Amino acid sequence: MSRITNEQVKHVANLARLEMDESEVEKFTTQLDDIISMAEQLNELDTENVEPTTHVLDLKNVLREDKVQPWLSREDALKNAPDQENGQVKVPSILE
Amino acid sequence: MFDKSISELHSLLHKKELSVSELVQSSFDRINSVENKVKAFMTLNEEGAMQAAKSLDDKLGTEDARGLLFGLPIGVKDNIVTKGLRTTAASQLLGNFEPLHNATVVERLQAAETVTVGKLNMDEFAMGSSNENSGFYATRNPWNTDYVPGGSSGGSAASVAAGEVFFSLGSDTGGSIRQPAAFCGVVGLKPTYGRVSRFGLIAFASSLDQIGPITNTVEDNAYLLQTLAGHDKMDSTSANVDVPDYLTSLTGDVKGLRIAVPKEYLAEGVDEDVKNKVLAALKKLEELGATWEEVSLPHSKYAVATYYLLSSSEASANLARFDGVRYGVRAEADNLLDVYKKTRSEGFGEEVKRRIMLGTFALSSGYYDAYYKKAQKVRTLIKNDFEKVFEDYDVIIGPTTPTPAFKVGEKIDNPLTMYANDILTIPVNLAGVPAISVPCGLSNGLPVGLQIIGKHFDEKTVYRVAHAYEQATDHHKAKPEL
Repeated sequence: MSRITNEQVKHVANLARLEMDESEVEKFTTQLDDIISMAEQLNELDTENVEPTTHVLDLKNVLREDKVQPWLSREDALKNAPDQENGQVKVPSILE
Repeated sequence: MFDKSISELHSLLHKKELSVSELVQSSFDRINSVENKVKAFMTLNEEGAMQAAKSLDDKLGTEDARGLLFGLPIGVKDNIVTKGLRTTAASQLLGNFEPLHNATVVERLQAAETVTVGKLNMDEFAMGSSNENSGFYATRNPWNTDYVPGGSSGGSAASVAAGEVFFSLGSDTGGSIRQPAAFCGVVGLKPTYGRVSRFGLIAFASSLDQIGPITNTVEDNAYLLQTLAGHDKMDSTSANVDVPDYLTSLTGDVKGLRIAVPKEYLAEGVDEDVKNKVLAALKKLEELGATWEEVSLPHSKYAVATYYLLSSSEASANLARFDGVRYGVRAEADNLLDVYKKTRSEGFGEEVKRRIMLGTFALSSGYYDAYYKKAQKVRTLIKNDFEKVFEDYDVIIGPTTPTPAFKVGEKIDNPLTMYANDILTIPVNLAGVPAISVPCGLSNGLPVGLQIIGKHFDEKTVYRVAHAYEQATDHHKAKPEL
Protein backbone atom coordinates (compact mmCIF):
# COMPACT_ATOMS: atom_id res chain seq x y z
CA MET A 1 0.00 0.00 0.00
CA SER A 2 1.23 3.45 -0.85
CA ARG A 3 2.24 5.51 2.17
CA ILE A 4 2.41 8.82 0.34
CA THR A 5 -0.38 10.26 -1.79
CA ASN A 6 -0.34 12.89 -4.56
CA GLU A 7 -2.32 15.18 -2.27
CA GLN A 8 0.33 14.93 0.45
CA VAL A 9 3.07 15.75 -2.04
CA LYS A 10 1.17 18.84 -3.18
CA HIS A 11 0.66 19.92 0.43
CA VAL A 12 4.35 19.45 1.30
CA ALA A 13 5.46 21.21 -1.91
CA ASN A 14 3.39 24.22 -0.89
CA LEU A 15 4.93 24.23 2.60
CA ALA A 16 8.39 24.11 0.98
CA ARG A 17 7.48 26.88 -1.48
CA LEU A 18 8.00 24.70 -4.53
CA GLU A 19 5.65 24.46 -7.49
CA MET A 20 5.20 21.26 -9.45
CA ASP A 21 3.30 20.09 -12.47
CA GLU A 22 1.30 16.85 -12.37
CA SER A 23 4.12 14.69 -13.75
CA GLU A 24 6.53 15.98 -11.11
CA VAL A 25 3.93 15.32 -8.40
CA GLU A 26 3.62 11.73 -9.69
CA LYS A 27 7.39 11.24 -9.70
CA PHE A 28 7.94 12.70 -6.22
CA THR A 29 5.05 10.65 -4.84
CA THR A 30 6.71 7.43 -6.01
CA GLN A 31 10.22 8.46 -4.92
CA LEU A 32 9.19 9.78 -1.51
CA ASP A 33 7.18 6.62 -0.98
CA ASP A 34 10.30 4.53 -1.70
CA ILE A 35 12.43 6.60 0.68
CA ILE A 36 9.83 6.57 3.44
CA SER A 37 9.46 2.79 3.02
CA MET A 38 13.19 2.50 3.63
CA ALA A 39 12.83 4.76 6.67
CA GLU A 40 10.17 2.45 8.08
CA GLN A 41 12.92 -0.06 8.90
CA LEU A 42 13.82 2.18 11.87
CA ASN A 43 10.60 0.93 13.48
CA GLU A 44 12.26 -2.46 13.99
CA LEU A 45 14.18 -0.78 16.82
CA ASP A 46 12.77 -0.22 20.26
CA THR A 47 13.73 3.36 21.11
CA GLU A 48 11.27 3.84 23.95
CA ASN A 49 13.98 4.71 26.49
CA VAL A 50 16.54 6.24 24.13
CA GLU A 51 17.30 9.96 24.31
CA PRO A 52 17.36 11.70 20.91
CA THR A 53 20.71 13.12 19.73
CA THR A 54 20.31 16.66 18.43
CA HIS A 55 24.02 17.35 18.58
CA VAL A 56 27.10 15.17 19.07
CA LEU A 57 29.01 17.58 21.26
CA ASP A 58 28.03 18.55 24.76
CA LEU A 59 27.08 22.11 23.90
CA LYS A 60 25.84 24.85 26.14
CA ASN A 61 24.25 28.12 25.15
CA VAL A 62 26.83 30.63 24.02
CA LEU A 63 26.01 34.16 25.12
CA ARG A 64 27.58 37.51 24.36
CA GLU A 65 26.89 41.09 25.33
CA ASP A 66 24.27 42.75 23.14
CA LYS A 67 26.42 45.59 21.86
CA VAL A 68 26.19 47.69 18.68
CA GLN A 69 29.09 46.93 16.36
CA PRO A 70 30.09 48.16 12.92
CA TRP A 71 28.79 45.92 10.14
CA LEU A 72 28.30 45.98 6.39
CA SER A 73 27.57 49.26 4.69
CA ARG A 74 24.08 49.57 3.23
CA GLU A 75 25.61 49.60 -0.24
CA ASP A 76 27.42 46.30 0.40
CA ALA A 77 24.41 44.71 2.02
CA LEU A 78 22.36 45.44 -1.10
CA LYS A 79 25.06 44.38 -3.55
CA ASN A 80 23.58 40.96 -4.25
CA ALA A 81 19.92 42.01 -4.07
CA PRO A 82 18.08 41.25 -7.34
CA ASP A 83 16.03 44.45 -7.01
CA GLN A 84 16.29 47.52 -4.80
CA GLU A 85 14.90 51.01 -4.33
CA ASN A 86 15.84 53.86 -1.97
CA GLY A 87 18.44 51.74 -0.21
CA GLN A 88 16.05 48.86 0.45
CA VAL A 89 15.42 45.43 -1.02
CA LYS A 90 12.43 45.59 -3.33
CA VAL A 91 9.89 42.79 -3.81
CA PRO A 92 6.52 42.62 -5.57
CA SER A 93 3.31 43.28 -3.73
CA ILE A 94 2.47 40.99 -0.84
CA LEU A 95 -1.25 41.83 -0.92
CA GLU A 96 -3.49 40.73 -3.77
CA MET B 1 55.88 19.56 -10.23
CA PHE B 2 52.58 18.34 -8.82
CA ASP B 3 54.04 15.26 -7.18
CA LYS B 4 55.87 17.59 -4.80
CA SER B 5 54.90 17.69 -1.14
CA ILE B 6 54.21 20.83 0.86
CA SER B 7 57.57 20.65 2.63
CA GLU B 8 59.44 20.14 -0.68
CA LEU B 9 57.70 23.13 -2.23
CA HIS B 10 58.39 25.22 0.84
CA SER B 11 62.04 24.39 0.57
CA LEU B 12 62.16 25.23 -3.18
CA LEU B 13 60.51 28.60 -2.52
CA HIS B 14 62.73 29.28 0.45
CA LYS B 15 65.90 28.58 -1.53
CA LYS B 16 64.53 30.83 -4.28
CA GLU B 17 64.71 28.02 -6.79
CA LEU B 18 61.08 28.71 -7.53
CA SER B 19 58.98 31.86 -7.29
CA VAL B 20 55.39 31.99 -6.11
CA SER B 21 54.40 33.40 -9.51
CA GLU B 22 56.00 30.46 -11.31
CA LEU B 23 54.32 28.03 -8.97
CA VAL B 24 50.87 29.59 -9.34
CA GLN B 25 51.36 29.89 -13.12
CA SER B 26 52.20 26.18 -13.28
CA SER B 27 48.87 25.49 -11.57
CA PHE B 28 47.00 27.46 -14.23
CA ASP B 29 49.05 25.81 -17.01
CA ARG B 30 48.01 22.41 -15.73
CA ILE B 31 44.39 23.57 -15.40
CA ASN B 32 44.48 24.81 -19.00
CA SER B 33 45.77 21.51 -20.29
CA VAL B 34 43.47 19.07 -18.43
CA GLU B 35 40.40 21.01 -17.32
CA ASN B 36 38.45 20.28 -20.51
CA LYS B 37 38.56 16.59 -19.53
CA VAL B 38 38.19 16.89 -15.75
CA LYS B 39 35.93 19.95 -15.30
CA ALA B 40 36.91 20.24 -11.64
CA PHE B 41 36.58 24.02 -11.39
CA MET B 42 33.50 26.17 -11.24
CA THR B 43 35.21 29.58 -11.21
CA LEU B 44 38.86 30.45 -11.85
CA ASN B 45 40.57 33.30 -10.04
CA GLU B 46 43.47 33.76 -12.45
CA GLU B 47 43.85 37.52 -12.25
CA GLY B 48 43.47 37.67 -8.46
CA ALA B 49 45.77 34.70 -7.92
CA MET B 50 48.56 36.01 -10.15
CA GLN B 51 48.35 39.39 -8.45
CA ALA B 52 48.54 37.78 -5.01
CA ALA B 53 51.47 35.64 -6.16
CA LYS B 54 53.34 38.72 -7.33
CA SER B 55 53.00 40.47 -3.99
CA LEU B 56 54.02 37.29 -2.14
CA ASP B 57 57.15 37.10 -4.29
CA ASP B 58 58.22 40.42 -2.77
CA LYS B 59 58.13 38.78 0.65
CA LEU B 60 60.11 35.71 -0.40
CA GLY B 61 63.30 35.36 1.58
CA THR B 62 62.04 37.56 4.42
CA GLU B 63 60.84 36.53 7.86
CA ASP B 64 57.24 36.88 6.65
CA ALA B 65 57.65 33.93 4.28
CA ARG B 66 58.37 31.34 6.94
CA GLY B 67 54.94 29.68 7.03
CA LEU B 68 54.84 26.24 5.48
CA LEU B 69 51.88 27.01 3.27
CA PHE B 70 53.34 30.33 2.10
CA GLY B 71 52.71 30.89 -1.61
CA LEU B 72 51.07 27.55 -2.33
CA PRO B 73 48.07 27.45 -4.70
CA ILE B 74 44.82 26.00 -3.35
CA GLY B 75 41.34 25.19 -4.63
CA VAL B 76 38.26 25.77 -2.49
CA LYS B 77 34.95 23.93 -2.73
CA ASP B 78 32.25 26.19 -4.07
CA ASN B 79 30.05 26.02 -0.95
CA ILE B 80 32.72 27.86 1.08
CA VAL B 81 32.28 31.61 0.70
CA THR B 82 35.12 33.72 -0.70
CA LYS B 83 34.88 37.51 -0.57
CA GLY B 84 34.32 38.96 -4.03
CA LEU B 85 34.89 35.60 -5.71
CA ARG B 86 31.72 34.03 -7.12
CA THR B 87 30.37 31.26 -4.88
CA THR B 88 27.51 29.19 -6.29
CA ALA B 89 27.36 25.92 -4.28
CA ALA B 90 26.88 24.57 -7.84
CA SER B 91 23.33 25.92 -7.83
CA GLN B 92 21.80 27.95 -10.66
CA LEU B 93 20.01 29.86 -7.91
CA LEU B 94 23.34 31.29 -6.73
CA GLY B 95 24.83 31.61 -10.23
CA ASN B 96 25.61 35.32 -9.72
CA PHE B 97 26.42 35.36 -6.00
CA GLU B 98 29.48 37.30 -4.87
CA PRO B 99 30.00 36.87 -1.10
CA LEU B 100 30.65 39.90 1.09
CA HIS B 101 32.97 38.06 3.47
CA ASN B 102 35.33 35.11 3.70
CA ALA B 103 34.64 31.86 5.50
CA THR B 104 36.84 31.47 8.60
CA VAL B 105 38.80 28.67 6.88
CA VAL B 106 39.49 30.99 3.93
CA GLU B 107 40.64 33.73 6.33
CA ARG B 108 42.99 31.23 7.97
CA LEU B 109 44.40 30.09 4.62
CA GLN B 110 44.91 33.70 3.59
CA ALA B 111 46.67 34.42 6.86
CA ALA B 112 48.92 31.45 6.00
CA GLU B 113 49.44 33.20 2.61
CA THR B 114 48.15 30.50 0.32
CA VAL B 115 46.85 31.57 -3.10
CA THR B 116 43.26 30.67 -4.05
CA VAL B 117 43.32 29.66 -7.72
CA GLY B 118 39.61 28.97 -7.96
CA LYS B 119 36.36 27.46 -6.72
CA LEU B 120 35.66 23.78 -7.17
CA ASN B 121 32.67 22.04 -8.68
CA MET B 122 30.41 19.88 -6.49
CA ASP B 123 26.95 18.38 -6.25
CA GLU B 124 24.46 21.21 -5.80
CA PHE B 125 24.43 22.30 -2.12
CA ALA B 126 26.63 19.22 -1.42
CA MET B 127 23.74 16.84 -2.07
CA GLY B 128 25.04 13.89 -4.04
CA SER B 129 27.70 11.24 -4.38
CA SER B 130 28.79 11.62 -8.00
CA ASN B 131 28.97 15.32 -8.93
CA GLU B 132 26.22 14.62 -11.46
CA ASN B 133 23.95 16.87 -9.37
CA SER B 134 25.98 19.98 -10.13
CA GLY B 135 23.65 22.62 -11.52
CA PHE B 136 26.26 23.45 -14.18
CA TYR B 137 28.28 20.43 -15.38
CA ALA B 138 29.63 17.18 -13.96
CA THR B 139 33.26 16.75 -12.93
CA ARG B 140 34.89 13.56 -14.26
CA ASN B 141 37.26 11.09 -12.59
CA PRO B 142 40.88 11.80 -13.67
CA TRP B 143 41.64 8.04 -13.61
CA ASN B 144 39.01 7.35 -16.24
CA THR B 145 36.77 10.13 -17.47
CA ASP B 146 33.89 7.72 -18.13
CA TYR B 147 33.63 7.40 -14.36
CA VAL B 148 32.36 9.76 -11.65
CA PRO B 149 34.85 11.44 -9.29
CA GLY B 150 32.48 10.88 -6.36
CA GLY B 151 30.75 13.60 -4.46
CA SER B 152 29.85 15.93 -3.23
CA SER B 153 33.44 17.31 -3.09
CA GLY B 154 34.14 15.76 -6.52
CA GLY B 155 35.90 18.85 -7.88
CA SER B 156 38.04 19.11 -4.74
CA ALA B 157 39.26 15.50 -5.06
CA ALA B 158 39.59 15.48 -8.87
CA SER B 159 41.59 18.74 -8.94
CA VAL B 160 44.20 17.29 -6.56
CA ALA B 161 44.30 13.91 -8.36
CA ALA B 162 44.68 15.67 -11.73
CA GLY B 163 47.57 17.79 -10.43
CA GLU B 164 45.74 21.08 -10.92
CA VAL B 165 46.38 22.07 -7.28
CA PHE B 166 48.43 20.54 -4.45
CA PHE B 167 45.53 20.55 -2.05
CA SER B 168 41.96 21.68 -1.70
CA LEU B 169 39.16 22.17 0.78
CA GLY B 170 36.08 19.99 0.76
CA SER B 171 33.11 19.53 3.07
CA ASP B 172 31.73 16.27 4.41
CA THR B 173 28.14 15.75 5.61
CA GLY B 174 27.74 12.01 4.92
CA GLY B 175 31.03 11.14 3.20
CA SER B 176 31.49 14.06 0.82
CA ILE B 177 35.25 14.38 1.44
CA ARG B 178 36.17 10.73 1.99
CA GLN B 179 34.15 9.13 -0.82
CA PRO B 180 35.55 11.35 -3.64
CA ALA B 181 39.03 11.09 -2.09
CA ALA B 182 38.67 7.29 -2.31
CA PHE B 183 37.35 7.41 -5.89
CA CYS B 184 40.15 9.75 -7.04
CA GLY B 185 43.01 8.12 -5.12
CA VAL B 186 43.88 11.02 -2.81
CA VAL B 187 43.89 11.65 0.95
CA GLY B 188 40.76 13.20 2.46
CA LEU B 189 40.00 13.90 6.13
CA LYS B 190 36.67 14.63 7.76
CA PRO B 191 37.69 16.15 11.09
CA THR B 192 35.74 15.66 14.33
CA TYR B 193 32.50 17.65 14.30
CA GLY B 194 33.45 21.01 15.83
CA ARG B 195 37.18 20.75 15.07
CA VAL B 196 37.01 23.22 12.16
CA SER B 197 34.81 26.32 12.00
CA ARG B 198 31.79 26.12 9.72
CA PHE B 199 31.40 29.89 9.56
CA GLY B 200 31.00 30.71 5.87
CA LEU B 201 30.16 27.16 4.81
CA ILE B 202 26.81 27.27 3.00
CA ALA B 203 24.89 25.02 5.36
CA PHE B 204 23.42 21.71 4.22
CA ALA B 205 22.89 19.79 7.49
CA SER B 206 24.30 21.83 10.35
CA SER B 207 24.65 19.00 12.88
CA LEU B 208 26.69 16.91 10.39
CA ASP B 209 28.61 19.32 8.10
CA GLN B 210 32.36 19.62 8.56
CA ILE B 211 35.09 21.21 6.38
CA GLY B 212 38.31 19.26 5.80
CA PRO B 213 41.45 19.04 3.64
CA ILE B 214 42.07 16.91 0.52
CA THR B 215 45.75 16.32 -0.28
CA ASN B 216 48.25 14.02 -1.99
CA THR B 217 49.77 12.71 1.23
CA VAL B 218 48.94 12.29 4.92
CA GLU B 219 51.71 14.70 5.90
CA ASP B 220 50.28 17.43 3.66
CA ASN B 221 46.88 16.75 5.16
CA ALA B 222 48.21 17.27 8.70
CA TYR B 223 49.81 20.58 7.67
CA LEU B 224 46.47 21.76 6.34
CA LEU B 225 44.46 20.71 9.40
CA GLN B 226 46.99 22.44 11.63
CA THR B 227 46.07 25.68 9.85
CA LEU B 228 42.30 25.07 9.74
CA ALA B 229 41.58 23.67 13.21
CA GLY B 230 40.52 25.56 16.29
CA HIS B 231 37.74 27.44 17.97
CA ASP B 232 36.06 30.33 16.17
CA LYS B 233 33.80 32.76 17.95
CA MET B 234 31.79 33.11 14.75
CA ASP B 235 30.75 29.43 14.97
CA SER B 236 29.28 28.53 18.36
CA THR B 237 29.42 24.83 17.43
CA SER B 238 33.18 24.94 16.89
CA ALA B 239 34.75 23.30 19.91
CA ASN B 240 36.89 25.10 22.43
CA VAL B 241 39.36 22.24 22.57
CA ASP B 242 43.15 22.64 22.28
CA VAL B 243 44.67 21.93 18.88
CA PRO B 244 47.60 19.52 19.26
CA ASP B 245 50.67 19.43 17.03
CA TYR B 246 49.56 16.96 14.36
CA LEU B 247 53.01 16.63 12.78
CA THR B 248 54.47 15.01 15.88
CA SER B 249 52.13 12.05 15.36
CA LEU B 250 53.70 11.16 12.01
CA THR B 251 56.21 8.75 13.49
CA GLY B 252 55.56 5.60 11.46
CA ASP B 253 55.16 3.76 14.75
CA VAL B 254 51.98 1.75 15.27
CA LYS B 255 53.36 -0.91 17.62
CA GLY B 256 50.72 -2.04 20.08
CA LEU B 257 47.94 -0.18 18.28
CA ARG B 258 44.55 -1.85 18.68
CA ILE B 259 42.45 -1.87 15.50
CA ALA B 260 38.75 -2.75 15.36
CA VAL B 261 37.31 -4.02 12.07
CA PRO B 262 33.50 -3.95 12.02
CA LYS B 263 32.09 -7.06 10.38
CA GLU B 264 29.33 -4.89 8.91
CA TYR B 265 31.99 -3.02 6.89
CA LEU B 266 33.17 -6.16 5.12
CA ALA B 267 29.73 -7.69 4.66
CA GLU B 268 27.59 -8.49 1.66
CA GLY B 269 27.47 -5.63 -0.81
CA VAL B 270 31.16 -4.81 -0.41
CA ASP B 271 33.08 -5.62 -3.59
CA GLU B 272 35.45 -8.64 -3.25
CA ASP B 273 38.43 -6.73 -4.60
CA VAL B 274 37.79 -3.82 -2.21
CA LYS B 275 37.55 -6.30 0.67
CA ASN B 276 40.86 -7.92 -0.30
CA LYS B 277 42.61 -4.56 -0.51
CA VAL B 278 41.41 -3.69 2.99
CA LEU B 279 42.52 -7.08 4.35
CA ALA B 280 45.93 -6.56 2.72
CA ALA B 281 46.18 -3.16 4.42
CA LEU B 282 45.35 -4.74 7.78
CA LYS B 283 48.06 -7.33 7.18
CA LYS B 284 50.52 -4.52 6.46
CA LEU B 285 49.57 -2.77 9.73
CA GLU B 286 49.98 -6.09 11.53
CA GLU B 287 53.51 -6.39 10.13
CA LEU B 288 54.15 -2.93 11.56
CA GLY B 289 53.16 -4.13 15.02
CA ALA B 290 49.45 -3.36 15.29
CA THR B 291 46.79 -5.93 16.13
CA TRP B 292 43.26 -6.17 14.76
CA GLU B 293 40.07 -7.90 15.74
CA GLU B 294 36.60 -8.16 14.29
CA VAL B 295 33.93 -6.17 16.14
CA SER B 296 30.32 -5.22 15.51
CA LEU B 297 28.65 -1.86 14.97
CA PRO B 298 25.20 -3.46 15.16
CA HIS B 299 23.15 -0.42 14.10
CA SER B 300 25.12 0.25 10.89
CA LYS B 301 22.32 -0.93 8.64
CA TYR B 302 20.03 1.80 9.99
CA ALA B 303 22.49 4.60 9.26
CA VAL B 304 21.42 5.42 5.70
CA ALA B 305 17.73 5.83 6.61
CA THR B 306 18.63 7.82 9.75
CA TYR B 307 20.95 10.05 7.78
CA TYR B 308 18.52 10.84 4.97
CA LEU B 309 15.77 11.75 7.42
CA LEU B 310 17.99 13.98 9.58
CA SER B 311 20.11 15.61 6.88
CA SER B 312 17.10 16.30 4.65
CA SER B 313 15.16 17.78 7.57
CA GLU B 314 18.03 20.11 8.43
CA ALA B 315 18.47 20.94 4.74
CA SER B 316 14.81 21.85 4.30
CA ALA B 317 15.24 24.44 7.06
CA ASN B 318 18.67 25.68 5.93
CA LEU B 319 17.62 26.09 2.31
CA ALA B 320 14.52 28.12 3.21
CA ARG B 321 16.72 31.22 2.96
CA PHE B 322 17.05 30.85 -0.80
CA ASP B 323 13.98 32.80 -1.81
CA GLY B 324 15.31 35.27 -4.37
CA VAL B 325 14.85 38.31 -2.12
CA ARG B 326 18.27 39.37 -0.81
CA TYR B 327 20.56 37.50 -3.21
CA GLY B 328 20.54 34.90 -5.94
CA VAL B 329 18.75 34.68 -9.25
CA ARG B 330 15.17 35.85 -8.78
CA ALA B 331 12.37 34.60 -11.02
CA GLU B 332 9.87 37.35 -11.81
CA ALA B 333 6.24 37.05 -10.72
CA ASP B 334 3.33 39.34 -9.78
CA ASN B 335 3.30 38.64 -6.07
CA LEU B 336 5.82 37.68 -3.43
CA LEU B 337 4.59 34.14 -2.83
CA ASP B 338 4.96 33.34 -6.52
CA VAL B 339 8.45 34.90 -6.54
CA TYR B 340 9.44 32.45 -3.79
CA LYS B 341 7.91 29.47 -5.57
CA LYS B 342 9.21 30.27 -9.05
CA THR B 343 12.70 31.23 -7.83
CA ARG B 344 13.06 27.99 -5.91
CA SER B 345 11.43 25.75 -8.53
CA GLU B 346 13.56 27.13 -11.36
CA GLY B 347 16.74 27.57 -9.30
CA PHE B 348 16.99 24.22 -7.48
CA GLY B 349 17.89 20.97 -9.22
CA GLU B 350 15.96 17.74 -8.84
CA GLU B 351 17.97 16.15 -6.02
CA VAL B 352 17.82 19.32 -3.93
CA LYS B 353 14.04 19.46 -4.39
CA ARG B 354 13.77 15.78 -3.43
CA ARG B 355 15.66 16.36 -0.17
CA ILE B 356 13.69 19.50 0.64
CA MET B 357 10.47 17.54 0.06
CA LEU B 358 11.62 14.64 2.25
CA GLY B 359 12.79 16.99 5.00
CA THR B 360 9.66 19.12 4.94
CA PHE B 361 7.56 15.95 5.11
CA ALA B 362 9.58 14.51 8.02
CA LEU B 363 9.21 17.75 9.98
CA SER B 364 5.57 18.38 9.13
CA SER B 365 2.76 18.18 11.63
CA GLY B 366 1.76 14.59 12.37
CA TYR B 367 5.01 13.03 11.10
CA TYR B 368 7.64 14.71 13.27
CA ASP B 369 7.70 12.05 16.00
CA ALA B 370 7.40 9.11 13.62
CA TYR B 371 10.29 10.12 11.38
CA TYR B 372 12.45 13.01 12.60
CA LYS B 373 12.46 12.24 16.31
CA LYS B 374 12.73 8.51 15.67
CA ALA B 375 15.82 9.13 13.52
CA GLN B 376 17.37 11.27 16.26
CA LYS B 377 16.93 8.39 18.69
CA VAL B 378 18.49 5.90 16.30
CA ARG B 379 21.36 8.37 15.88
CA THR B 380 22.00 7.92 19.62
CA LEU B 381 22.20 4.14 19.14
CA ILE B 382 24.66 4.53 16.24
CA LYS B 383 26.79 6.94 18.25
CA ASN B 384 26.77 4.51 21.22
CA ASP B 385 28.00 1.70 18.92
CA PHE B 386 31.15 3.72 18.22
CA GLU B 387 31.69 4.72 21.84
CA LYS B 388 31.46 1.10 22.94
CA VAL B 389 34.06 -0.06 20.40
CA PHE B 390 36.39 2.81 21.30
CA GLU B 391 36.47 1.64 24.92
CA ASP B 392 38.71 -1.22 23.77
CA TYR B 393 40.30 -0.04 20.51
CA ASP B 394 42.31 2.93 19.21
CA VAL B 395 40.92 3.11 15.67
CA ILE B 396 38.27 1.49 13.50
CA ILE B 397 39.28 0.46 9.98
CA GLY B 398 37.27 -0.55 6.93
CA PRO B 399 36.74 0.43 3.30
CA THR B 400 35.69 4.01 2.55
CA THR B 401 33.16 2.87 -0.06
CA PRO B 402 31.65 -0.52 -0.95
CA THR B 403 32.92 -0.28 -4.55
CA PRO B 404 35.38 1.79 -6.59
CA ALA B 405 34.02 4.65 -8.72
CA PHE B 406 30.97 3.87 -10.87
CA LYS B 407 30.23 5.02 -14.40
CA VAL B 408 28.68 8.39 -15.18
CA GLY B 409 24.91 7.83 -15.51
CA GLU B 410 24.94 4.44 -13.79
CA LYS B 411 23.14 5.39 -10.57
CA ILE B 412 21.65 8.79 -11.23
CA ASP B 413 18.12 7.52 -12.00
CA ASN B 414 17.65 5.68 -8.73
CA PRO B 415 18.07 7.81 -5.59
CA LEU B 416 18.14 4.79 -3.25
CA THR B 417 20.99 3.07 -5.13
CA MET B 418 22.93 6.32 -5.05
CA TYR B 419 22.28 6.78 -1.31
CA ALA B 420 23.47 3.21 -0.54
CA ASN B 421 26.90 4.17 -1.83
CA ASP B 422 27.48 6.19 1.36
CA ILE B 423 26.70 3.35 3.77
CA LEU B 424 30.27 3.17 5.18
CA THR B 425 30.86 6.91 5.55
CA ILE B 426 27.50 8.09 6.93
CA PRO B 427 27.77 6.47 10.39
CA VAL B 428 30.93 8.51 11.05
CA ASN B 429 29.07 11.80 10.55
CA LEU B 430 26.17 10.64 12.70
CA ALA B 431 28.64 9.85 15.52
CA GLY B 432 30.64 13.05 14.89
CA VAL B 433 34.01 11.25 14.97
CA PRO B 434 36.98 11.96 12.63
CA ALA B 435 37.90 9.71 9.70
CA ILE B 436 40.37 9.73 6.83
CA SER B 437 40.43 7.99 3.46
CA VAL B 438 43.85 6.98 2.11
CA PRO B 439 44.61 5.14 -1.15
CA CYS B 440 45.08 1.37 -0.70
CA GLY B 441 45.51 0.17 -4.28
CA LEU B 442 43.83 0.03 -7.67
CA SER B 443 40.96 -2.19 -8.77
CA ASN B 444 40.69 -2.44 -12.58
CA GLY B 445 42.59 0.82 -12.85
CA LEU B 446 40.40 2.70 -10.34
CA PRO B 447 41.52 3.70 -6.82
CA VAL B 448 40.24 2.05 -3.64
CA GLY B 449 40.10 3.95 -0.34
CA LEU B 450 40.96 2.70 3.14
CA GLN B 451 38.96 4.40 5.90
CA ILE B 452 40.53 4.97 9.32
CA ILE B 453 38.11 6.22 11.99
CA GLY B 454 39.20 7.71 15.33
CA LYS B 455 37.81 8.89 18.64
CA HIS B 456 36.39 12.39 19.09
CA PHE B 457 39.20 14.97 18.66
CA ASP B 458 41.79 12.22 18.15
CA GLU B 459 42.86 13.15 14.61
CA LYS B 460 46.41 12.57 15.86
CA THR B 461 45.97 8.81 16.08
CA VAL B 462 44.10 8.76 12.75
CA TYR B 463 47.04 10.55 11.12
CA ARG B 464 49.58 8.31 12.86
CA VAL B 465 47.98 5.15 11.47
CA ALA B 466 47.33 6.62 8.01
CA HIS B 467 50.90 7.90 7.74
CA ALA B 468 52.50 4.64 8.92
CA TYR B 469 50.44 2.69 6.37
CA GLU B 470 51.12 5.18 3.57
CA GLN B 471 54.87 5.19 4.17
CA ALA B 472 54.98 1.39 4.23
CA THR B 473 53.25 1.16 0.82
CA ASP B 474 53.48 2.82 -2.60
CA HIS B 475 49.78 3.33 -3.27
CA HIS B 476 49.90 7.10 -2.78
CA LYS B 477 52.51 7.37 -5.52
CA ALA B 478 50.18 6.08 -8.24
CA LYS B 479 48.95 8.96 -10.42
CA PRO B 480 46.37 9.01 -13.22
CA GLU B 481 47.46 9.61 -16.80
CA LEU B 482 45.55 12.43 -18.38
